[in-house]
Amino acid sequence: MKLRIIGLIAGAVLILAASCQSEQEMEFARYYSAGSLVYQQHCQNCHGDKGQGLQILIPPLTDSVFLKNNKTKLACFVKNGLEGKITINGRVFDDQMQGDDLSPLEIAKVLTYIANSYGNKLGTITLQQVQNDLKTCE
Amino acid sequence: MNKLWTGFIALIIFNGCKSNNGGGTALPILGNKATVTKKVNGKAVTDTEYATIPAFKFVNQYGDTITQKSLDGKIYVADFFFTTCPSICPKMHANMLNVYKEFKADANFRIISHTIDPKYDTVPVLKRYADKLGITGNTWWLLHGEKGDTYKISKSYLQSVSEKNPKGEYIHDGFFILIDKQKRIRGSYEGTDPAEVTKLIADIKTLKAEPDQINFK
Ligand code: HEC
Repeated sequence: MKLRIIGLIAGAVLILAASCQSEQEMEFARYYSAGSLVYQQHCQNCHGDKGQGLQILIPPLTDSVFLKNNKTKLACFVKNGLEGKITINGRVFDDQMQGDDLSPLEIAKVLTYIANSYGNKLGTITLQQVQNDLKTCE
Repeated sequence: MNKLWTGFIALIIFNGCKSNNGGGTALPILGNKATVTKKVNGKAVTDTEYATIPAFKFVNQYGDTITQKSLDGKIYVADFFFTTCPSICPKMHANMLNVYKEFKADANFRIISHTIDPKYDTVPVLKRYADKLGITGNTWWLLHGEKGDTYKISKSYLQSVSEKNPKGEYIHDGFFILIDKQKRIRGSYEGTDPAEVTKLIADIKTLKAEPDQINFK
């Protein structure tokens, strides 16, 4: 009897965990595919269809270390723009990107897209996270 | 039987295209045509004259004065842009870079990019842009000039550029215009579309091989 209950509970936990897992995966998939559309409309003309950038005019989005180190600042970069010297893949870029007035959800989606494309693998950047990060913009 | 018909129709279309090209040239001649009657050896001769690019004067990224004479005897591609363009320009110039790379060894080929924002895009700004784009030498000139002059010349290239709209954005076409040694318009290509730009590169090669271009003095 006891064993059966334990078994049942274990089973329930397992199912729950599995559905949680797939919930997260589904959220990621939703963010990622919607994010690719935002990218095409708002970023691709500059950063390129493969995130390759353009010479030393526009930096590529392939520097995982830079993206990881600046993960909590990315939302502000997109929203308010970015200006001045940055080093991407060992090359110095010194230009400016204008801010794009996207909604926090669109920002979360496009960031999830770039953070998991072009060789990057930083996981989902959630709406919650973007909302928090936007509060800290300079 | 069906095949025969297809062949027949294809033939008609093919011939139709050919006759559009006028005068044994491989690429069409675009722009407004005018029939003019000239006196040649005392006889009235009717001829078709194609629109050509008129005289102009601009300054390039090195501070050199560039006029229509600087392009005499050259095939060139023209476009309109500005360095702070948030939308189509970076993509246009990413594609134009392929044209540049393909023909930079050809002394009789040029690319000219007119800035439509001369206030911000001063000569030093254009030079910095050229450096960042990685272009050197005289193949690709970024041209600065009076706004009125630039807007006026854009019409000769059948392009439309205009002042900032209420949102503070410049509206302009993103076409690459191909001009021959006779300063006639020979093609117009969507500069943001890599496939169109590949066609432009092929068309420049075709144009260079036309007798009218080879024998141009
Ligand atoms: C008008 C061109 C342009 C557009 C459009 C644009 N960017 Fe940028 N972006 C730049 C430039 C230029 C820089 C470098 C700024 C500097 O030198 O400080 C940059 C830098 C960045 C960086 C940090 C550096 C790097 O390469 O990782 C990120 C991240 C970024 N952009 C993401 C985006 C996203 C996401 C979008 C779309 C929502 C976007 N950009 C749209 C031009 C653009």
